[in-house]
Amino acid sequence: MAVSALGYYDDFGGRFVAETLVPALEELENAYREHVLSAAFQNEWRDMLRHYVGRPTPLYRADRLARLLDPAQKTIGELWLKREDLCHTGAHKINNALGQVLLAKKLGKKRIIAETGAGQHGVATATACAVLGLPCEVFMGSVDVLRQAPNVARMQMLGAKVIAVESGSKTLKDAMNEALRDWVTNVRTTHYCVGSAAGPHPYPMLVSELQRVIGDEVRVQFNQQSGGLPDGVVACVGGGSNAIGMFRAFVADPVALYGVEAAGEGVHSGKHAATLTAGRVGVLHGARTMVLADDDGQIVEAHSVSAGLDYPGVGPEHASLMASGRATYLSATDEEALASTERVARSEGLLIALETAHAFARLPEIAELERNKHGRPARLALCLSGRGDKDLGTLRDRLGFGKDV
Amino acid sequence: MTVERIEQRLAGLRAEGRTALVIYLTIGDPSVEDSVACALAAARAGADILELGVPFSDPTADGPVIAAAAFRAIHNGGSFRAALETAEAVRKESSIPIILFTYYNPLVAFGDERAADDALRVGADGFLVVDLPPEEGAVLRARAKRNRLAIIPLVAPTTGLDREPHLFEGASGFVYYVSVTGVTGAGAAPLSEAAERAAGIRERARLPVVIGFGIRTSADAERAASHGADGVVVGSEIVRAIAAAASREARVAAVEQLVGALRAGLDSRPR
Repeated sequence: MAVSALGYYDDFGGRFVAETLVPALEELENAYREHVLSAAFQNEWRDMLRHYVGRPTPLYRADRLARLLDPAQKTIGELWLKREDLCHTGAHKINNALGQVLLAKKLGKKRIIAETGAGQHGVATATACAVLGLPCEVFMGSVDVLRQAPNVARMQMLGAKVIAVESGSKTLKDAMNEALRDWVTNVRTTHYCVGSAAGPHPYPMLVSELQRVIGDEVRVQFNQQSGGLPDGVVACVGGGSNAIGMFRAFVADPVALYGVEAAGEGVHSGKHAATLTAGRVGVLHGARTMVLADDDGQIVEAHSVSAGLDYPGVGPEHASLMASGRATYLSATDEEALASTERVARSEGLLIALETAHAFARLPEIAELERNKHGRPARLALCLSGRGDKDLGTLRDRLGFGKDV
Repeated sequence: MTVERIEQRLAGLRAEGRTALVIYLTIGDPSVEDSVACALAAARAGADILELGVPFSDPTADGPVIAAAAFRAIHNGGSFRAALETAEAVRKESSIPIILFTYYNPLVAFGDERAADDALRVGADGFLVVDLPPEEGAVLRARAKRNRLAIIPLVAPTTGLDREPHLFEGASGFVYYVSVTGVTGAGAAPLSEAAERAAGIRERARLPVVIGFGIRTSADAERAASHGADGVVVGSEIVRAIAAAASREARVAAVEQLVGALRAGLDSRPR
């Protein structure tokens, strides 16, 4: 989808920030046009993606899971998993982090800050800063520091300073608030490495450009390994960076796009993160998008068992794709995600991230929709956005593993 | 009155060789009734313009003092609606210019046009929307203009001279110069630098310039004024004083004392 000069995807996006930050965002926008789209930058970045990250990641056909979900072979013809969990650092986040830190160096920035929820973007940014030689500070809600402890240790091991944020809901939203406060103070020397395709223009455009490599690879691989195009592609959506990276390559094709949000304890429970499914139009973190807010415009706390989806906003391009009907957004509860994690581990030997598990949880319904549309079992490609080692604490508490040995 | 109320007040002060004292408070901390009482106290003690701060759940431009006040205020009935009620109550007793100081999302929820209409109805004189650069908010701007309400533009230390004309286009009331590259209440603002920039802005914008962020003491205020700013904003210190007091009487007294001291300091300054 084309973005307007002011950073709008139809009615969503824009740049709602304090005046202090406007020049930095303009500088970043100019750098995007000058560098990110240039052959020199692309060569350098793609060389790192290949030799350092391990791209292209495989597209794996998950027959055992397909048969477990659909024993009669009526709805799921083929199920393909894009293995972003095999990226260095264990998730797609490294694609964006490397690109942004490379860009920050071109801009002469001396310091990198980032926010993180699940810790995957924090680890990716800490990794990119280590390998590219810049100091890194990561803001993380104190609730997330506890539930994603392994990633905190990883960031520290990589030399990053992790700052626990105690304000508000103490999760991703508040980490982003604190990162913005730091940026407003240190904007001349610091690059803010935003982790999702959210935030003020040009971040949604920049991050989606750095993540589109996912879908671009799937398109080629699917054609080689299966033939033609999938009927539908599926991804989990928090801020929405892996989803937009997956969707981008297929937006102009007759391929259905499915995003799955976190329904927490249920979209009617008041404890969820299903911003597109159950939110309203608002302005949060610099963009006009869908948000969880009350009648006074106060942002309400999101809830999800997965820290990476625990966010009351969403990237503006997703809001636009939903409004136009081009993409379909569903949701999955905490319980459904936890059950999916176990099912995928047992059937395929893949320990998936709780974020990704939400996308797996809606596969039966998505397959049925596509089967009804095409009159034959569907061929689906799902973005396996990250691995689940970081979630072992939560899995142990919620599913009881690791206790009775 | 509306934007004229702001302009007349600033023009009058300038003619007298005095510096405008702009006082910010967070509406609903600790209650909306307290905010009304404190706003009136500030007006009595010599404030020239009031900024009624709408609390927002995600105040990314605010430092810890105002952010904490916002969280308390939201739980105690603070909202854009409450700011309108406060403006209405203040207007019944005072002709002080009133600016509704807010982040944008409370206005999105309320409705841009309705916000501008209700602001006019209750006797407020303008808006200052922290996260609404001139590229955004066309509907609110058009309606405010129609209702003769000011939309106060912000200029930051990072704002290039080439961007300034864009910020001043259609601006009225005054220009708010953010004295620090940072959040509110940061302190240690480079005030002589700020005042120098402010003098240039006044010439280029042909509007009065008020300096805010990081002005805490009478000495800060006097220093900004001595370099020729039309006015100074004190926010975090007021919010801190209100939060530290234990009763409404004590809050009113604290505001009167603080505003009175700032006023006296500014007025005693030789010109």
